[in-house]
Amino acid sequence: MTARDELPVKDSKTRTQSGYIGKSEPRANAKRLLQGRGSFIDDLRFPRLAHVAFLRSPHAHAKIKSMDFSKARAAPGVIGVFDGRAVAEYCSPWIGVLGHLKGIKSPPQYPLAIERACWQGEAVAAVVAETRAQAEDAVELVAAEWDPLPAVIDMHESLSGKVVIHPEFEDNICFSRQIDNGEVDAAFKNADVVVEESYSFGRHTGVCLEGRAILADYNAGEHMLTVHHATQAPHMMQDIFSKHLNLPEANVRVICRDIGGAYGIKVHVYPDEMCTAALSIMLRRPVKFVADRLESFLSDIHAREHKVTVRLAATKDGEILAFDLDDLTAIGPYSVYPRTSGIEGNQVVNLTGGPYKHKHYRASLNVVFTNKNVTCQYRAVGHPIAVALTEGIVDLAAQKLGMDPAEFRRRNMIPDDAYPYTGAAGMKYEVLTHHQCLDKLLSLMDYKGLRAEQAELRKKGVYRGIGLAAMIEVTNPSPAFYGVGGARISAQDGATLRLEPTGMLTVLSSVTEQGQGTEGIFAQIAATVVGVTMDKVKVITGDTSTTPYGGGTWASRGAGIGGEAVLQAGKALRSNILDIAAAILNVDKADLDIFSNEVIDLASGESKLPLAELGRVAYFRPDTLPMKFQSELMVTRHYTPREYGFTFTNGIQASLVEVDVETGFVKLLKHWCVEDCGTVINPLLVDEQIRGGVVQGIGAALFEECHYSEDGQLQNATMADYLVPMSGEMPDIVCGHVESKTRTSELGAKGVGEAGTAGAPGAVMNAINDALSSLGARVTTMPFTPERVLDALGKK
Amino acid sequence: MKAPAFAYAKPRSLAEVCALLDERGETARVLAGGQSLVPMLNLRVAAADLLVDISGIESLRGVSVTADRLCVGALTSHREVEQSAEVARHAPLLAQAAPHIAHVAIRNSGTFGGSIALADPAAEWPACCLALDATILTISKAGKRSIPARAFFKGLFSTDLRPGELITGVEIPLTPGHRSVFLELSRRRGDYAIVGVAAMAKVQGGTLQDVRLAFLGGGDRPLLAVHAMKAAEGKPPLADLGPALAADLSPMADLDTSARTKLHLANVLARRALAALAG
Ligand SMILES: Cc1cc2nc3c(=O)[nH]c(=O)nc-3n(C[C@H](O)[C@H](O)[C@H](O)COP(=O)(O)OP(=O)(O)OC[C@H]3O[C@@H](n4cnc5c(N)ncnc54)[C@H](O)[C@@H]3O)c2cc1C
Repeated sequence: MTARDELPVKDSKTRTQSGYIGKSEPRANAKRLLQGRGSFIDDLRFPRLAHVAFLRSPHAHAKIKSMDFSKARAAPGVIGVFDGRAVAEYCSPWIGVLGHLKGIKSPPQYPLAIERACWQGEAVAAVVAETRAQAEDAVELVAAEWDPLPAVIDMHESLSGKVVIHPEFEDNICFSRQIDNGEVDAAFKNADVVVEESYSFGRHTGVCLEGRAILADYNAGEHMLTVHHATQAPHMMQDIFSKHLNLPEANVRVICRDIGGAYGIKVHVYPDEMCTAALSIMLRRPVKFVADRLESFLSDIHAREHKVTVRLAATKDGEILAFDLDDLTAIGPYSVYPRTSGIEGNQVVNLTGGPYKHKHYRASLNVVFTNKNVTCQYRAVGHPIAVALTEGIVDLAAQKLGMDPAEFRRRNMIPDDAYPYTGAAGMKYEVLTHHQCLDKLLSLMDYKGLRAEQAELRKKGVYRGIGLAAMIEVTNPSPAFYGVGGARISAQDGATLRLEPTGMLTVLSSVTEQGQGTEGIFAQIAATVVGVTMDKVKVITGDTSTTPYGGGTWASRGAGIGGEAVLQAGKALRSNILDIAAAILNVDKADLDIFSNEVIDLASGESKLPLAELGRVAYFRPDTLPMKFQSELMVTRHYTPREYGFTFTNGIQASLVEVDVETGFVKLLKHWCVEDCGTVINPLLVDEQIRGGVVQGIGAALFEECHYSEDGQLQNATMADYLVPMSGEMPDIVCGHVESKTRTSELGAKGVGEAGTAGAPGAVMNAINDALSSLGARVTTMPFTPERVLDALGKK
Repeated sequence: MKAPAFAYAKPRSLAEVCALLDERGETARVLAGGQSLVPMLNLRVAAADLLVDISGIESLRGVSVTADRLCVGALTSHREVEQSAEVARHAPLLAQAAPHIAHVAIRNSGTFGGSIALADPAAEWPACCLALDATILTISKAGKRSIPARAFFKGLFSTDLRPGELITGVEIPLTPGHRSVFLELSRRRGDYAIVGVAAMAKVQGGTLQDVRLAFLGGGDRPLLAVHAMKAAEGKPPLADLGPALAADLSPMADLDTSARTKLHLANVLARRALAALAG
């Protein structure tokens, strides 16, 4: 059945359906953006707009001995220069902990560091001037004296606790967690085959085309703060500004228009952004901060940086018995507010071994502080690590058993008819399709043919490798993700649909748009459910003063949660429209339907009443309707996933590479991803989400790494030195889908935005190792630079 | 990042350029394509009180050929070199190297002379100039000079240019009997090379004559690998130039690649280049 047939968006009796769900509708906003009519924060012009630039710590860890602002204050255009104490008067500190991450700790964090800077790049003073250039010039005039403190850079050193970063704590452990579902040692003892390997994941960051940006505009006359913000979560930020700047919630409005990429980078509370908002209140004028590229590298959250050792136990028949995992990850000096920096490690221990039906699982996690930039949630949080280490060790086991890696996976994947199923790590899966996805992938890529070609080429000295990576993915999170831990982060979202007098449909959603096409799919859902054509739908997002309350965009939740709210609001609006039509036409509501902007007769399909005419009557001539009748052409519905903590999805990726064993260069030849995100609302957008995600995952595998020196200096804070993946090196990416709808919603959509990033690094790693297998070499430290490949080969 | 304030001049004649540079001394900097200087100013790793924009001096632009040499004007863009029929015919090495320089948008603006003046050790043109045994032509208020490329590059971003001196062009002797090969390794297309080689030789009966191997990324400046050239001279292509290259090159480690790895890669490239020349 196609998505459309199965969609229960209309009564079974209804005949017609405009059916945009499942169609590759182009994004409505793409044209506007391509014409240069985007409205990004830096495009906004305000009277009396002031600009802030920050003095940032040049040291990884140092006491601020003194700062002399006299020269900076006298510089041209300077409006004010402030230190941490001055700003703290207006903005209270925050602590990035959550109740359900037991024992997590982090010290209070301020908009500007007071007394002590804990990473190179932490803002310590703010200079506000008439232009950004003047502010930057004046920053250079701040005379700061520092007392360098010992910096903890290496995560093992941090764990050892020889030097403790925060004096209020006894050690550097932010969070730790153990899972043990029993008999793991016995499983390893009785196993025929045990494999063990350590993997290292480089620290990297999500490089947004548009840097972080905020324009805070405090209006003293109304005691009102309006914040134009490049954020993924406007309501969360409204709550946070209200709380920490001590303003009534109703006096804070957060507006986010166009956003140039986010990937999780823009869902956190940043000290410099909080400072900008506080400065607007202090100076009673609009203040803007746009992070430049250098600042982005120094202060946008980083991610990953894990060192993991994993063991796998199996029988000689190829049955996986147990996984045993030890993960150490370093997060910088603070756990980031309000989501915490404990989540990525937590995801790793939750997701490891996810696709498989082993019974025994043990995991140990340590999340430690270091004096580097903070890390937090970035696209596919924890998944790339869990998938790569699981799939890496699974391949090693297959190799040791002499089994084909695809066959080994097939034997161990949870059967497609076993759901609902609780995995060894305790995660509950509603419905997954590992076997269907594997079969589809193998035929899509012609696995057998590729293996034969690989063997042929090997004889000619060409080293090709094929790597698989199966995955599970957290999407549509319930309040179990953040809310239960005390975070004021909404797991529900809302949609308001309004039929306008001319028959247009306005959709307001609490989910935001960062370029992934959310607004487009909401238009598709709304048009489908109400019965109008796409050109009639206008979607509005990103304004706390107009949209319903909700969580925004993160954790692959926009379509599954926000889309369901649109669907439910659409159903209710449709029913209301038919009530009005029945009243106007004086017929039974059950005999009517809506199709292509008209109320029609259900049986004959004959047009009865254009929606424009219905709108005219309802809004301007309600006097012609029955006396007691009131029309209701605006409807709001909300949706929260309830039954499962997460709506898990699954998929599998494959990578084909060729390794130049003399130079260590890896050439990506092709990539495949078969994924099950339930209902595919827009195949074009889903595929592009996958492709974009795969490219980000390839970045992790081959290119991206934030290099720190031994004394904690970021060494590659430019686009010349930090290598993002570029189109020249990217392979063709083939996408395939299996559609097992979630039954937790009528829409049936699971998330998809992070799937590509989750699986690609593991697939590429396995492909490289497959290419090197006959040479007895393996790589396990990402990114796989030519040097690391040569090291593995023992060349040089 | 924004550049600190600077003054800007766009002279109309070479004489005016020379006068300005002479008068303002080291506080003035020549602006050509701006593809290196402007980012450096924005990152505040370079500073200037005055930028002297030479892009209006048309006489510095273009490629010309005489009986025995090819002249590339300093303002000739990378892209013009890449697409020039004369270059392809008379100095194919340059045409082979050009696509490795950055991306088309940058090649449209960046200039041959700017690249020579900058003297980035990983840049393509300086190494090519060594292999081609080119001559750098300069002018200043004090007069004109001709400097052999092999004596021009002094160290990291450092050249024989004197204060107030402007590169006007580069002269390349024609070498009709030579073959050329340009190879480089960079992790992404358009990045500066980890290491690269500009190779030339005549081929006679399966052996290589007048072998020239100039490396980019092999040290703090472009380097002619004299030991390796000597080792390869008059022989069929060698499979291992490792020991000779160890004497010729002293690569600088970068964040992802150690000096040792670079030396290894240089050896791989040298072998491949010699084989390609002979093949
Ligand atoms: C993203 C990116 C990637 C790049 N990749 C590469 C690469 O792979 N390989 C490579 O070789 N280059 C690369 N470049 C640099 C590019 O080739 C520059 O164009 C070149 O290095 C400088 O030329 P320009 O004309 O832009 O000089 P400018 O930036 O204008 O000037 C550079 C320096 O040379 C001086 N100068 C310029 N012209 C003269 C002259 N006629 N006489 C005396 N001094 C002069 C200037 O004062 C300045 O100090 C890259 C640049 C970018 C932005």
